[in-house]
Amino acid sequence: MPIHRRFDEELADLKQQILRMGSLVEGQIRQALKALVDRDDILATQVIKNDRQVNTMDVAVDEACLELLALQQPAARDLRFITTAMKISTELERMSDLAENICERAIELHKEPQLKPYIDIPLMADRAIKMVGEALDAFVRGDSALARRVLGEDDYIDDLNEQIFRELLSFMMENPQTISRAIRLSFISKYIERIADHATNVAELVVYMVEGKIIRHMISP
Amino acid sequence: MQITANSATSGTSAIPKERMRRSMLVVEKMTNTSERRNQEHMESTSRPLADAHPKIVIQDMNFFYGKVQALTKVNMPIPANQVTAFIGPSGCGKSTLLRCLNRLNDLVDGTRIEGKILLEGNDIYDPGVDVTDLRTRVGMVFQKVNPFPKSIWQNVAYGPQLRNVKKRATLDDLVEKSLQGAGLWEEVKDRLHGSALGLSGGQQQRLCIARALAVNPDVLLMDEPCSALDPISTGRIEELLYTLKEQLTVVIVTHNMQQAARVSDLTGFFLLGELIEYDDTKTIFTNPSDRRTEDYITGRFG
Repeated sequence: MPIHRRFDEELADLKQQILRMGSLVEGQIRQALKALVDRDDILATQVIKNDRQVNTMDVAVDEACLELLALQQPAARDLRFITTAMKISTELERMSDLAENICERAIELHKEPQLKPYIDIPLMADRAIKMVGEALDAFVRGDSALARRVLGEDDYIDDLNEQIFRELLSFMMENPQTISRAIRLSFISKYIERIADHATNVAELVVYMVEGKIIRHMISP
Repeated sequence: MQITANSATSGTSAIPKERMRRSMLVVEKMTNTSERRNQEHMESTSRPLADAHPKIVIQDMNFFYGKVQALTKVNMPIPANQVTAFIGPSGCGKSTLLRCLNRLNDLVDGTRIEGKILLEGNDIYDPGVDVTDLRTRVGMVFQKVNPFPKSIWQNVAYGPQLRNVKKRATLDDLVEKSLQGAGLWEEVKDRLHGSALGLSGGQQQRLCIARALAVNPDVLLMDEPCSALDPISTGRIEELLYTLKEQLTVVIVTHNMQQAARVSDLTGFFLLGELIEYDDTKTIFTNPSDRRTEDYITGRFG
Protein backbone atom coordinates (compact mmCIF):
# COMPACT_ATOMS: atom_id res chain seq x y z
CA MET A 1 0.00 0.00 0.00
CA PRO A 2 1.56 3.30 -1.01
CA ILE A 3 2.20 5.64 1.90
CA HIS A 4 1.52 9.35 1.74
CA ARG A 5 -0.32 8.94 -1.52
CA ARG A 6 -2.39 12.01 -0.88
CA PHE A 7 0.72 14.09 -0.18
CA ASP A 8 2.27 12.98 -3.47
CA GLU A 9 -0.93 13.89 -5.28
CA GLU A 10 -0.90 17.32 -3.71
CA LEU A 11 2.73 17.84 -4.76
CA ALA A 12 1.84 16.82 -8.30
CA ASP A 13 -1.07 19.22 -8.20
CA LEU A 14 1.21 22.05 -7.10
CA LYS A 15 3.53 21.33 -10.00
CA GLN A 16 0.58 21.51 -12.38
CA GLN A 17 -0.46 24.84 -10.90
CA ILE A 18 3.01 26.29 -11.57
CA LEU A 19 2.94 24.92 -15.10
CA ARG A 20 -0.45 26.44 -15.83
CA MET A 21 0.71 29.74 -14.43
CA GLY A 22 3.92 29.58 -16.48
CA SER A 23 1.97 28.84 -19.61
CA LEU A 24 -0.32 31.78 -18.96
CA VAL A 25 2.61 34.12 -18.37
CA GLU A 26 4.46 33.00 -21.51
CA GLY A 27 1.26 33.76 -23.38
CA GLN A 28 1.05 37.19 -21.79
CA ILE A 29 4.58 38.09 -22.93
CA ARG A 30 3.96 36.82 -26.46
CA GLN A 31 0.70 38.73 -26.72
CA ALA A 32 2.33 41.88 -25.39
CA LEU A 33 4.95 41.75 -28.13
CA LYS A 34 2.29 41.09 -30.73
CA ALA A 35 0.33 44.09 -29.50
CA LEU A 36 3.47 46.20 -29.90
CA VAL A 37 4.47 44.92 -33.34
CA ASP A 38 0.94 44.93 -34.75
CA ARG A 39 0.13 48.24 -33.06
CA ASP A 40 -2.98 46.56 -31.62
CA ASP A 41 -4.54 48.53 -28.75
CA ILE A 42 -7.34 46.05 -28.23
CA LEU A 43 -4.90 43.21 -27.71
CA ALA A 44 -2.81 45.37 -25.40
CA THR A 45 -5.86 46.16 -23.27
CA GLN A 46 -6.71 42.47 -23.10
CA VAL A 47 -3.25 41.56 -21.86
CA ILE A 48 -3.49 44.23 -19.15
CA LYS A 49 -6.82 42.79 -18.04
CA ASN A 50 -5.50 39.22 -17.97
CA ASP A 51 -2.86 40.14 -15.43
CA ARG A 52 -5.51 39.76 -12.76
CA GLN A 53 -5.72 36.04 -13.53
CA VAL A 54 -2.00 35.65 -12.95
CA ASN A 55 -2.27 37.45 -9.61
CA THR A 56 -5.04 35.12 -8.53
CA MET A 57 -2.92 32.11 -9.41
CA ASP A 58 0.02 33.54 -7.46
CA VAL A 59 -2.14 33.79 -4.34
CA ALA A 60 -3.48 30.27 -4.89
CA VAL A 61 0.03 28.83 -5.14
CA ASP A 62 1.06 30.64 -1.94
CA GLU A 63 -1.93 29.25 -0.08
CA ALA A 64 -1.35 25.74 -1.37
CA CYS A 65 2.30 25.84 -0.32
CA LEU A 66 1.43 27.22 3.11
CA GLU A 67 -1.06 24.46 3.65
CA LEU A 68 1.43 21.80 2.58
CA LEU A 69 4.08 23.20 4.91
CA ALA A 70 1.71 23.42 7.86
CA LEU A 71 0.00 20.09 7.48
CA GLN A 72 2.56 17.73 6.00
CA GLN A 73 5.92 18.66 7.57
CA PRO A 74 7.84 18.10 4.33
CA ALA A 75 11.54 17.43 4.46
CA ALA A 76 14.53 17.41 2.10
CA ARG A 77 13.58 17.36 -1.57
CA ASP A 78 9.89 17.91 -0.87
CA LEU A 79 10.63 20.93 1.30
CA ARG A 80 12.91 22.45 -1.35
CA PHE A 81 10.30 21.81 -4.00
CA ILE A 82 7.57 23.59 -2.06
CA THR A 83 9.66 26.62 -1.09
CA THR A 84 10.96 26.83 -4.68
CA ALA A 85 7.40 26.71 -6.03
CA MET A 86 6.47 29.65 -3.80
CA LYS A 87 9.34 31.72 -5.12
CA ILE A 88 8.85 30.74 -8.75
CA SER A 89 5.26 31.86 -8.44
CA THR A 90 6.48 35.30 -7.38
CA GLU A 91 8.92 35.47 -10.31
CA LEU A 92 6.15 34.54 -12.74
CA GLU A 93 3.85 37.15 -11.28
CA ARG A 94 6.55 39.80 -11.80
CA MET A 95 7.03 38.69 -15.41
CA SER A 96 3.33 39.14 -16.04
CA ASP A 97 3.47 42.62 -14.53
CA LEU A 98 6.26 43.45 -16.96
CA ALA A 99 4.17 42.19 -19.87
CA GLU A 100 1.45 44.50 -18.62
CA ASN A 101 3.95 47.38 -18.56
CA ILE A 102 5.00 46.63 -22.15
CA CYS A 103 1.37 46.94 -23.19
CA GLU A 104 0.93 50.24 -21.38
CA ARG A 105 3.93 51.69 -23.21
CA ALA A 106 2.68 50.21 -26.49
CA ILE A 107 -0.67 51.95 -26.14
CA GLU A 108 1.16 55.22 -25.56
CA LEU A 109 3.44 54.59 -28.57
CA HIS A 110 0.48 53.99 -30.85
CA LYS A 111 -0.62 57.57 -30.42
CA GLU A 112 2.34 58.56 -32.64
CA PRO A 113 3.69 57.11 -35.90
CA GLN A 114 6.03 54.16 -35.56
CA LEU A 115 9.55 55.38 -34.93
CA LYS A 116 11.39 52.62 -36.79
CA PRO A 117 10.90 49.00 -37.86
CA TYR A 118 10.98 46.78 -34.75
CA ILE A 119 13.72 44.23 -35.28
CA ASP A 120 15.87 43.95 -32.22
CA ILE A 121 13.11 44.23 -29.66
CA PRO A 122 11.13 41.24 -31.01
CA LEU A 123 14.41 39.33 -31.31
CA MET A 124 15.18 40.04 -27.68
CA ALA A 125 11.68 39.11 -26.65
CA ASP A 126 11.86 35.78 -28.48
CA ARG A 127 15.05 34.96 -26.65
CA ALA A 128 13.57 35.97 -23.31
CA ILE A 129 10.43 33.88 -23.89
CA LYS A 130 12.64 30.94 -24.78
CA MET A 131 14.52 31.38 -21.51
CA VAL A 132 11.26 31.43 -19.56
CA GLY A 133 10.10 28.26 -21.29
CA GLU A 134 13.38 26.47 -20.66
CA ALA A 135 13.50 27.50 -17.02
CA LEU A 136 10.00 26.09 -16.51
CA ASP A 137 10.95 22.91 -18.38
CA ALA A 138 13.93 22.57 -16.08
CA PHE A 139 11.60 22.94 -13.10
CA VAL A 140 9.17 20.31 -14.33
CA ARG A 141 11.87 17.80 -15.20
CA GLY A 142 14.14 18.60 -12.27
CA ASP A 143 16.87 19.20 -14.85
CA SER A 144 19.57 21.34 -13.26
CA ALA A 145 21.83 21.08 -16.33
CA LEU A 146 19.17 22.76 -18.44
CA ALA A 147 18.69 25.37 -15.72
CA ARG A 148 22.39 26.21 -15.77
CA ARG A 149 22.27 26.61 -19.56
CA VAL A 150 19.49 29.16 -19.16
CA LEU A 151 21.76 31.18 -16.90
CA GLY A 152 24.31 31.42 -19.71
CA GLU A 153 21.82 33.00 -22.10
CA ASP A 154 21.34 36.10 -20.02
CA ASP A 155 24.47 37.82 -21.35
CA TYR A 156 23.09 37.90 -24.90
CA ILE A 157 19.97 39.66 -23.65
CA ASP A 158 21.96 42.20 -21.68
CA ASP A 159 24.11 42.98 -24.73
CA LEU A 160 21.08 43.35 -26.96
CA ASN A 161 19.45 45.70 -24.47
CA GLU A 162 22.57 47.81 -24.40
CA GLN A 163 22.67 47.89 -28.20
CA ILE A 164 19.03 48.94 -28.46
CA PHE A 165 19.59 51.70 -25.93
CA ARG A 166 22.55 53.09 -27.90
CA GLU A 167 20.56 53.07 -31.11
CA LEU A 168 17.64 54.86 -29.50
CA LEU A 169 20.04 57.36 -27.95
CA SER A 170 21.37 58.28 -31.37
CA PHE A 171 17.79 58.80 -32.63
CA MET A 172 17.12 61.15 -29.73
CA MET A 173 20.29 63.14 -30.22
CA GLU A 174 19.54 63.64 -33.92
CA ASN A 175 15.90 64.63 -33.55
CA PRO A 176 14.08 65.81 -30.41
CA GLN A 177 10.75 64.83 -31.97
CA THR A 178 11.67 61.23 -31.41
CA ILE A 179 12.45 61.54 -27.72
CA SER A 180 9.01 60.55 -26.43
CA ARG A 181 8.84 57.38 -28.55
CA ALA A 182 12.49 56.48 -28.04
CA ILE A 183 12.16 56.65 -24.27
CA ARG A 184 9.06 54.49 -24.27
CA LEU A 185 10.84 51.96 -26.49
CA SER A 186 13.86 51.92 -24.22
CA PHE A 187 11.54 51.19 -21.32
CA ILE A 188 10.11 48.26 -23.27
CA SER A 189 13.59 46.99 -23.96
CA LYS A 190 14.33 47.27 -20.25
CA TYR A 191 11.17 45.36 -19.35
CA ILE A 192 12.20 42.50 -21.62
CA GLU A 193 15.64 42.47 -20.08
CA ARG A 194 13.99 42.25 -16.66
CA ILE A 195 11.82 39.35 -17.86
CA ALA A 196 14.99 37.51 -18.81
CA ASP A 197 16.42 38.28 -15.37
CA HIS A 198 13.39 36.74 -13.73
CA ALA A 199 13.84 33.69 -15.96
CA THR A 200 17.39 33.32 -14.68
CA ASN A 201 16.07 33.63 -11.12
CA VAL A 202 13.73 30.75 -11.83
CA ALA A 203 16.67 28.76 -13.23
CA GLU A 204 18.76 29.43 -10.11
CA LEU A 205 15.86 28.29 -7.94
CA VAL A 206 15.61 25.09 -9.96
CA VAL A 207 19.31 24.39 -9.37
CA TYR A 208 18.70 24.85 -5.64
CA MET A 209 15.67 22.60 -5.73
CA VAL A 210 17.53 19.80 -7.49
CA GLU A 211 21.02 20.07 -6.04
CA GLY A 212 20.36 21.72 -2.70
CA LYS A 213 22.95 24.38 -3.56
CA ILE A 214 22.06 28.04 -3.40
CA ILE A 215 23.70 29.64 -6.42
CA ARG A 216 21.81 32.91 -6.36
CA HIS A 217 23.93 36.05 -6.29
CA MET A 218 27.08 34.12 -7.18
CA ILE A 219 29.34 35.33 -9.95
CA SER A 220 30.08 31.94 -11.46
CA PRO A 221 27.80 29.18 -10.15
CA MET B 1 -29.73 2.51 12.54
CA GLN B 2 -31.43 2.85 15.93
CA ILE B 3 -29.90 1.68 19.18
CA THR B 4 -32.58 -0.64 20.56
CA ALA B 5 -32.94 -2.01 24.06
CA ASN B 6 -31.80 -5.59 24.20
CA SER B 7 -34.14 -8.19 25.58
CA ALA B 8 -31.47 -10.84 26.22
CA THR B 9 -29.85 -10.70 29.62
CA SER B 10 -26.44 -12.12 28.91
CA GLY B 11 -25.01 -9.20 26.96
CA THR B 12 -24.58 -11.06 23.70
CA SER B 13 -27.32 -10.53 21.16
CA ALA B 14 -28.17 -12.32 17.96
CA ILE B 15 -27.41 -10.18 14.94
CA PRO B 16 -30.25 -10.33 12.47
CA LYS B 17 -29.22 -11.87 9.13
CA GLU B 18 -30.12 -8.64 7.39
CA ARG B 19 -27.63 -6.69 9.45
CA MET B 20 -24.83 -9.17 8.83
CA ARG B 21 -25.52 -9.06 5.12
CA ARG B 22 -25.35 -5.29 5.23
CA SER B 23 -22.14 -5.44 7.18
CA MET B 24 -20.52 -7.48 4.44
CA LEU B 25 -21.65 -5.03 1.81
CA VAL B 26 -20.20 -2.18 3.80
CA VAL B 27 -16.87 -3.89 4.33
CA GLU B 28 -16.82 -4.78 0.65
CA LYS B 29 -17.50 -1.23 -0.45
CA MET B 30 -14.75 -0.09 1.86
CA THR B 31 -12.19 -2.13 0.03
CA ASN B 32 -13.27 -1.18 -3.48
CA THR B 33 -11.88 2.31 -3.45
CA SER B 34 -11.32 3.96 -6.77
CA GLU B 35 -9.59 7.14 -7.79
CA ARG B 36 -12.90 8.75 -8.63
CA ARG B 37 -14.34 8.13 -5.18
CA ASN B 38 -11.21 9.44 -3.56
CA GLN B 39 -11.51 12.55 -5.64
CA GLU B 40 -15.17 13.05 -4.75
CA HIS B 41 -14.42 12.55 -1.14
CA MET B 42 -11.55 15.03 -1.19
CA GLU B 43 -13.83 17.58 -2.78
CA SER B 44 -16.52 16.94 -0.24
CA THR B 45 -14.18 17.46 2.70
CA SER B 46 -13.30 21.01 1.76
CA ARG B 47 -15.91 22.44 4.13
CA PRO B 48 -16.30 19.88 6.88
CA LEU B 49 -17.53 21.87 9.82
CA ALA B 50 -20.38 23.83 8.35
CA ASP B 51 -22.07 21.38 6.04
CA ALA B 52 -21.41 17.85 7.24
CA HIS B 53 -24.11 15.96 9.05
CA PRO B 54 -22.95 15.35 12.63
CA LYS B 55 -22.61 11.70 13.57
CA ILE B 56 -21.97 12.43 17.22
CA VAL B 57 -22.97 15.49 19.18
CA ILE B 58 -21.44 16.15 22.58
CA GLN B 59 -23.71 18.52 24.48
CA ASP B 60 -22.83 20.46 27.62
CA MET B 61 -20.79 17.56 28.85
CA ASN B 62 -19.10 17.53 32.24
CA PHE B 63 -17.17 14.48 33.41
CA PHE B 64 -15.94 13.61 36.89
CA TYR B 65 -13.55 11.05 38.31
CA GLY B 66 -15.00 11.07 41.83
CA LYS B 67 -14.62 14.66 42.98
CA VAL B 68 -12.18 15.67 40.24
CA GLN B 69 -13.72 17.32 37.19
CA ALA B 70 -11.89 16.02 34.15
CA LEU B 71 -14.00 17.64 31.42
CA THR B 72 -15.90 20.92 31.56
CA LYS B 73 -18.81 22.04 29.41
CA VAL B 74 -17.71 20.28 26.24
CA ASN B 75 -19.81 21.06 23.18
CA MET B 76 -18.76 19.42 19.95
CA PRO B 77 -20.49 18.16 16.82
CA ILE B 78 -18.46 15.39 15.21
CA PRO B 79 -19.30 15.09 11.51
CA ALA B 80 -19.87 11.80 9.75
CA ASN B 81 -17.28 10.39 7.35
CA GLN B 82 -14.54 12.71 8.54
CA VAL B 83 -11.49 12.23 10.72
CA THR B 84 -11.71 14.35 13.85
CA ALA B 85 -8.60 14.67 15.99
CA PHE B 86 -8.34 15.57 19.67
CA ILE B 87 -5.01 17.16 20.58
CA GLY B 88 -3.67 18.72 23.71
CA PRO B 89 -1.03 18.28 26.40
CA SER B 90 -0.97 15.33 28.80
CA GLY B 91 -3.87 15.28 31.21
CA CYS B 92 -6.07 17.59 29.18
CA GLY B 93 -8.95 15.10 29.03
CA LYS B 94 -8.79 14.01 25.39
CA SER B 95 -8.54 10.28 26.11
CA THR B 96 -11.21 10.59 28.77
CA LEU B 97 -13.55 12.16 26.24
CA LEU B 98 -12.77 9.49 23.68
CA ARG B 99 -13.62 6.76 26.14
CA CYS B 100 -16.94 8.45 26.88
CA LEU B 101 -17.97 8.03 23.26
CA ASN B 102 -18.41 4.31 23.69
CA ARG B 103 -19.01 4.37 27.44
CA LEU B 104 -15.77 2.61 28.22
CA ASN B 105 -15.47 4.90 31.24
CA ASP B 106 -18.43 3.04 32.73
CA LEU B 107 -15.91 0.38 33.67
CA VAL B 108 -14.03 2.80 35.95
CA ASP B 109 -15.35 3.17 39.50
CA GLY B 110 -16.63 6.52 40.66
CA THR B 111 -17.05 8.19 37.28
CA ARG B 112 -19.96 10.51 36.65
CA ILE B 113 -21.16 12.28 33.54
CA GLU B 114 -23.46 15.25 33.05
CA GLY B 115 -24.88 16.40 29.75
CA LYS B 116 -25.51 14.34 26.66
CA ILE B 117 -23.66 12.44 24.02
CA LEU B 118 -25.87 11.86 21.01
CA LEU B 119 -25.09 9.18 18.45
CA GLU B 120 -27.26 9.91 15.43
CA GLY B 121 -29.61 11.86 17.63
CA ASN B 122 -29.94 9.33 20.47
CA ASP B 123 -28.30 9.86 23.85
CA ILE B 124 -25.93 6.95 24.43
CA TYR B 125 -26.31 7.36 28.20
CA ASP B 126 -30.02 6.70 28.03
CA PRO B 127 -30.96 3.96 30.52
CA GLY B 128 -32.42 1.80 27.73
CA VAL B 129 -29.20 1.65 25.72
CA ASP B 130 -27.48 -1.70 25.19
CA VAL B 131 -23.87 -0.91 25.95
CA THR B 132 -22.48 -3.95 24.17
CA ASP B 133 -24.36 -3.01 21.05
CA LEU B 134 -23.02 0.53 21.40
CA ARG B 135 -19.47 -0.75 21.58
CA THR B 136 -20.04 -2.75 18.42
CA ARG B 137 -21.19 0.36 16.60
CA VAL B 138 -18.48 2.51 18.12
CA GLY B 139 -15.33 0.44 17.93
CA MET B 140 -12.01 1.25 19.49
CA VAL B 141 -8.33 0.73 18.82
CA PHE B 142 -5.83 1.34 21.58
CA GLN B 143 -2.32 2.64 21.99
CA LYS B 144 -1.05 -0.65 23.31
CA VAL B 145 -1.56 -3.19 20.57
CA ASN B 146 -3.70 -6.01 21.92
CA PRO B 147 -4.28 -8.93 19.58
CA PHE B 148 -5.80 -12.01 21.14
CA PRO B 149 -3.32 -14.87 21.66
CA LYS B 150 -5.04 -16.79 18.88
CA SER B 151 -4.65 -17.14 15.14
CA ILE B 152 -5.11 -14.17 12.85
CA TRP B 153 -8.29 -15.69 11.54
CA GLN B 154 -9.67 -16.29 15.01
CA ASN B 155 -8.89 -12.72 16.04
CA VAL B 156 -11.01 -11.24 13.29
CA ALA B 157 -13.77 -13.86 13.41
CA TYR B 158 -14.16 -13.58 17.19
CA GLY B 159 -16.60 -10.65 17.20
CA PRO B 160 -18.93 -12.04 14.54
CA GLN B 161 -18.81 -15.47 16.18
CA LEU B 162 -19.88 -13.96 19.48
CA ARG B 163 -22.82 -12.62 17.60
CA ASN B 164 -23.81 -16.03 16.33
CA VAL B 165 -22.39 -16.02 12.85
CA LYS B 166 -21.69 -19.72 12.44
CA LYS B 167 -21.28 -20.53 8.77
CA ARG B 168 -17.64 -21.06 7.91
CA ALA B 169 -17.98 -19.54 4.45
CA THR B 170 -19.57 -16.41 5.85
CA LEU B 171 -16.85 -16.05 8.44
CA ASP B 172 -14.08 -16.60 5.89
CA ASP B 173 -15.59 -13.92 3.70
CA LEU B 174 -15.92 -11.51 6.59
CA VAL B 175 -12.36 -12.15 7.73
CA GLU B 176 -11.01 -11.49 4.26
CA LYS B 177 -12.98 -8.31 3.78
CA SER B 178 -12.08 -6.95 7.21
CA LEU B 179 -8.40 -7.66 6.67
CA GLN B 180 -8.59 -5.96 3.30
CA GLY B 181 -10.32 -3.01 4.88
CA ALA B 182 -7.44 -2.77 7.34
CA GLY B 183 -4.84 -3.03 4.60
CA LEU B 184 -3.46 -6.28 5.98
CA TRP B 185 -4.90 -8.97 3.70
CA GLU B 186 -2.02 -9.22 1.23
CA GLU B 187 0.50 -9.71 4.00
CA VAL B 188 -1.34 -12.41 5.93
CA LYS B 189 -3.55 -14.23 3.45
CA ASP B 190 -1.20 -17.18 3.33
CA ARG B 191 -0.92 -17.55 7.08
CA LEU B 192 -4.37 -16.85 8.44
CA HIS B 193 -4.10 -19.68 10.88
CA GLY B 194 -0.71 -18.66 12.19
CA SER B 195 -0.51 -16.91 15.55
CA ALA B 196 -1.37 -13.24 15.63
CA LEU B 197 1.52 -12.73 18.05
CA GLY B 198 3.94 -13.56 15.26
CA LEU B 199 3.06 -10.36 13.40
CA SER B 200 5.05 -7.15 13.65
CA GLY B 201 3.76 -4.27 15.78
CA GLY B 202 2.35 -2.39 12.83
CA GLN B 203 0.67 -5.52 11.51
CA GLN B 204 -0.79 -6.30 14.92
CA GLN B 205 -2.30 -2.86 15.10
CA ARG B 206 -3.84 -3.28 11.68
CA LEU B 207 -5.17 -6.61 12.89
CA CYS B 208 -6.83 -4.80 15.77
CA ILE B 209 -8.38 -2.45 13.25
CA ALA B 210 -9.62 -5.42 11.20
CA ARG B 211 -11.08 -6.90 14.33
CA ALA B 212 -13.03 -3.69 14.97
CA LEU B 213 -14.16 -3.53 11.35
CA ALA B 214 -15.48 -7.10 11.39
CA VAL B 215 -18.53 -6.10 13.42
CA ASN B 216 -19.50 -3.24 11.10
CA PRO B 217 -18.98 -0.17 13.25
CA ASP B 218 -20.27 3.28 12.36
CA VAL B 219 -17.53 4.99 14.30
CA LEU B 220 -13.94 4.05 14.98
CA LEU B 221 -12.24 5.54 18.00
CA MET B 222 -8.46 5.50 18.01
CA ASP B 223 -6.51 6.28 21.15
CA GLU B 224 -2.96 7.17 20.04
CA PRO B 225 -2.94 4.18 17.69
CA CYS B 226 0.53 4.80 16.31
CA SER B 227 2.44 5.82 19.43
CA ALA B 228 4.09 2.44 19.70
CA LEU B 229 4.79 2.07 15.99
CA ASP B 230 7.66 2.95 13.65
CA PRO B 231 7.24 5.66 10.99
CA ILE B 232 6.48 3.28 8.11
CA SER B 233 3.75 1.45 10.05
CA THR B 234 2.43 4.80 11.18
CA GLY B 235 2.33 5.97 7.57
CA ARG B 236 0.43 2.85 6.53
CA ILE B 237 -2.21 3.37 9.16
CA GLU B 238 -2.51 7.07 8.37
CA GLU B 239 -2.98 6.18 4.70
CA LEU B 240 -5.66 3.71 5.75
CA LEU B 241 -7.68 6.46 7.42
CA TYR B 242 -8.23 8.21 4.08
CA THR B 243 -10.10 5.19 2.78
CA LEU B 244 -11.73 4.18 6.07
CA LYS B 245 -13.45 7.50 6.49
CA GLU B 246 -15.48 6.93 3.34
CA GLN B 247 -17.52 4.38 5.25
CA LEU B 248 -16.96 5.32 8.88
CA THR B 249 -16.52 8.24 11.15
CA VAL B 250 -13.10 8.32 12.80
CA VAL B 251 -12.14 10.05 16.01
CA ILE B 252 -8.46 9.94 16.87
CA VAL B 253 -6.63 11.08 19.96
CA THR B 254 -2.99 11.85 19.37
CA HIS B 255 -0.25 13.63 21.21
CA ASN B 256 1.59 13.85 17.90
CA MET B 257 0.42 17.16 16.48
CA GLN B 258 1.96 16.51 13.11
CA GLN B 259 -0.11 13.36 12.80
CA ALA B 260 -3.27 15.33 13.55
CA ALA B 261 -2.20 17.83 10.90
CA ARG B 262 -1.63 15.10 8.33
CA VAL B 263 -4.68 12.93 8.73
CA SER B 264 -7.55 14.87 10.25
CA ASP B 265 -10.24 17.03 8.71
CA LEU B 266 -11.14 18.72 11.99
CA THR B 267 -9.08 19.22 15.09
CA GLY B 268 -10.18 19.99 18.62
CA PHE B 269 -7.62 21.43 21.03
CA PHE B 270 -8.11 20.59 24.70
CA LEU B 271 -6.50 22.11 27.75
CA LEU B 272 -7.19 21.21 31.39
CA GLY B 273 -10.50 19.58 30.52
CA GLU B 274 -11.81 22.36 28.32
CA LEU B 275 -12.27 22.43 24.58
CA ILE B 276 -10.36 25.57 23.69
CA GLU B 277 -10.73 25.59 19.93
CA TYR B 278 -12.39 23.35 17.36
CA ASP B 279 -12.08 24.07 13.67
CA ASP B 280 -11.01 22.58 10.39
CA THR B 281 -7.48 21.34 10.58
CA LYS B 282 -6.07 23.73 8.02
CA THR B 283 -7.23 26.72 10.06
CA ILE B 284 -5.98 25.32 13.34
CA PHE B 285 -2.51 24.76 11.93
CA THR B 286 -2.17 27.88 9.79
CA ASN B 287 -4.15 30.50 11.66
CA PRO B 288 -5.74 29.46 14.97
CA SER B 289 -8.04 31.91 16.71
CA ASP B 290 -7.00 31.27 20.29
CA ARG B 291 -3.58 32.25 21.59
CA ARG B 292 -3.38 29.11 23.69
CA THR B 293 -3.90 26.95 20.62
CA GLU B 294 -1.17 28.81 18.82
CA ASP B 295 1.23 28.42 21.75
CA TYR B 296 0.62 24.70 21.80
CA ILE B 297 0.90 24.24 18.04
CA THR B 298 4.12 26.21 17.83
CA GLY B 299 5.58 24.20 20.68
CA ARG B 300 5.92 27.13 22.98
CA PHE B 301 4.26 25.23 25.76
CA GLY B 302 2.86 21.79 26.45
